[in-house]
Amino acid sequence: MYEKEKGLVNAFMRGTMSRRSLIKGLGSLGVSAATAGMLVNMATTKAMAADFDWMKFKGTSLKLLLNKHPYADAMIANIENFKALTGMEVTYDIFPEDVYFDKVTAALSSGSTEYDAFMSGAYMTWTYGPAGWIDDLNEYIKDPAKTNPLYAFDDFLPGVIKSCAWNGVAGGALGSDDAKQWCIPLAYEQNNMTYNKRIFDANGLKVPTNIDELLDTAKAAKAVMNGGYGVGVRGSRSWATIHPGFLSGYANFDQKDLNVGADGKLTAAMNTDVSKEYHKKWISMIQDSGAPDWSTHTWYQVGTDVGAGKSAMMFDADILGYFMNGDGNAEAGHLAFSGFAANPAATAPTPNIWIWAMAMSSFSANKDATWYFLQWVTGAEHDLFGAREMNLVNPARASVWADGAFRDKMTKSYAGYVEMHDASAPGASIKFTAQPLFFDLTTEWAATLQKMVAKEMPVDEGLDMLAESVNSQLADADL
Amino acid sequence: MTNIPIKRSGFRVSRRWLPYVLSLPALLTCIGILIPFLTAATYSLQRYRLSQPANRRWNWGENYLNFFTDASFWNTLKVSVTYAVATVGIELLLGLGIALLLQKRGRVNNFVSIMLLMPLMTAPALAALMWKLMTNPGFGILSYFANALGIQDFNWASDPQTAMFTVVLVDVWVYTPFIMILLLAGLRSLPPQPFEAAALDGVPRLFVFWRITLPMLTPYLLTATLFRMIESIQQFDIIYAMTQGGPGDRLTVFQVEAYLNFFQSTNVGRSAALMMILWAITYFLSSVFIKNWLRLRERARGDV
Repeated sequence: MYEKEKGLVNAFMRGTMSRRSLIKGLGSLGVSAATAGMLVNMATTKAMAADFDWMKFKGTSLKLLLNKHPYADAMIANIENFKALTGMEVTYDIFPEDVYFDKVTAALSSGSTEYDAFMSGAYMTWTYGPAGWIDDLNEYIKDPAKTNPLYAFDDFLPGVIKSCAWNGVAGGALGSDDAKQWCIPLAYEQNNMTYNKRIFDANGLKVPTNIDELLDTAKAAKAVMNGGYGVGVRGSRSWATIHPGFLSGYANFDQKDLNVGADGKLTAAMNTDVSKEYHKKWISMIQDSGAPDWSTHTWYQVGTDVGAGKSAMMFDADILGYFMNGDGNAEAGHLAFSGFAANPAATAPTPNIWIWAMAMSSFSANKDATWYFLQWVTGAEHDLFGAREMNLVNPARASVWADGAFRDKMTKSYAGYVEMHDASAPGASIKFTAQPLFFDLTTEWAATLQKMVAKEMPVDEGLDMLAESVNSQLADADL
Repeated sequence: MTNIPIKRSGFRVSRRWLPYVLSLPALLTCIGILIPFLTAATYSLQRYRLSQPANRRWNWGENYLNFFTDASFWNTLKVSVTYAVATVGIELLLGLGIALLLQKRGRVNNFVSIMLLMPLMTAPALAALMWKLMTNPGFGILSYFANALGIQDFNWASDPQTAMFTVVLVDVWVYTPFIMILLLAGLRSLPPQPFEAAALDGVPRLFVFWRITLPMLTPYLLTATLFRMIESIQQFDIIYAMTQGGPGDRLTVFQVEAYLNFFQSTNVGRSAALMMILWAITYFLSSVFIKNWLRLRERARGDV
């Protein structure tokens, strides 16, 4: 490294220069922003080593199971720093999302020792945890001998980190005092409104702020879309249809999926009057202004349609809009973001969230070494690197959201994204009741929605039937 | 000439053990099939959900008894049988029709029969994805043609009214060539004498078809039906790739339901019980077809 560059980085490490000033300074010396980021990351990695014995497991080999995703790309791009920091070797298998969770289930249910850690969704840990396939990470987090003092567990956004913790009791509140930390977030998705600003501006459409406005705007948008449609939401026969926009709006009306009785027993809660009213509006929105082939739409179709200008907006994962606003999409640069509170009486959005997190296999032969990897990959440094240099969006740490350079990057290219996040983050968490039948019940809920949209069953009767079926399944499972 | 001693290999098997060694691969294959079968049979007699390990216990036939009162099971059975009967029925008719058209050997007929095998070279899951794109209401070529023909808002697999029709269509596209080639081979191997005699006597062609061609072709028809029926009742890839079993519960065939039960809900007991029922259906179908096939063969020998 040249002396001038070295001097700047050292000044940053001493704390006499901000990260932004450092990168600006390096820029003036002809170092590109990406390279500057890498230099800073390498320097901070060295600094981390000063406070903690990262070399304790030097020579140990770890193997990861990863999903093909930008979050995994960020991990892989930075992994050499981890190897240099710890002297450990890390290999990984990476699978596309369509088959990823089948692979995880197969590996864990067979007790395979092949993988030490893997990417998981928070919902999946409701199966993996009680099955005894993953470790409670509190054992490591709370042990000062095992955890870097700079790890800053409190830096995680409360709604996100709590959503990864459950006590294993059906209906137990997420993040309760006795909860086990089954996984730690890499990054997460809020479900909010992504709209095509070009189409909205050209047709004088107003960004909807509640469910009634959404119905009207979607209808008006469809009328001007020339073969396209108004609003994209998921519709396939899968639990994944329930958790994004649908549940985020539902939760905004203080509605729940299940009630937890005084005796701890669970009962269906989706057939209240308010719920029925919400369902009617949601279904009418799809019938009037949704995709004609809605019942086969996964996140992929919802995202690509808004990116291609086939739909005017979508109520889905914000990061899906983030990626669709990038190069290679017909509407790149035209997408904008807005928080969405479905309930006109609500003060803020309450998005249900999807979390990509890291979990530790209980069958790992190198658990302490694996924890070193987990605390590094979920640490503030990697989170910041991923958010600034890669696409680790939305970062799960408050300090990264406070980083000026990251906010500048987002504000520059993603209109309204930072504001949307700031407004939604306090209310963002998993809104489902944690329990072992999660996938059964939500898939049935999705199938019921499909029948309602197809007018095969009226909403009131359909929800009553769904509730009856849910109650019967809960009783059969002693829940 | 010097005698060079012949060097024998060090590995020798005695005559007594040779039959066992030779049958070892077949034996290992049988073990490889029987272990998962017996494991599934065992699981099907348990209340076993991976997410509730503490609740795991033997419940003997309860998983099966529950099916009697489980509407979703009867729906699965109905959907699976409908799918199997519709696909095999249509494929037999079309396959037979095409085979009859191509029966006469000739350069064009041979070329066409080879070209018609193309769908069989396509993996069913890929064929399903291809059809999913072709039936996309926004840009799908088939949707475009449907519109051009005046059929508005035809939503193919995403509409409960037309979902079964769409997946059957894909299955027919993929598998009709299989039946066609089997029946074509059968037609071309039939002895010419009865047909020549009928032609000399001026027997009408329809009569020849019903009284000579069809009876002589029956073993081939049975073989084709058996293979396709067994495969069709086990359908997974086309349906899962196109609709994941939806809309609603319109296409929740056995394999889709069992897959979702195991991999998504981790309900091992129910999933295994569903697979055992499917095995019983497959076994029953095979027995019926093989019995009839043997009966036909006996009759043919008796005639000789």
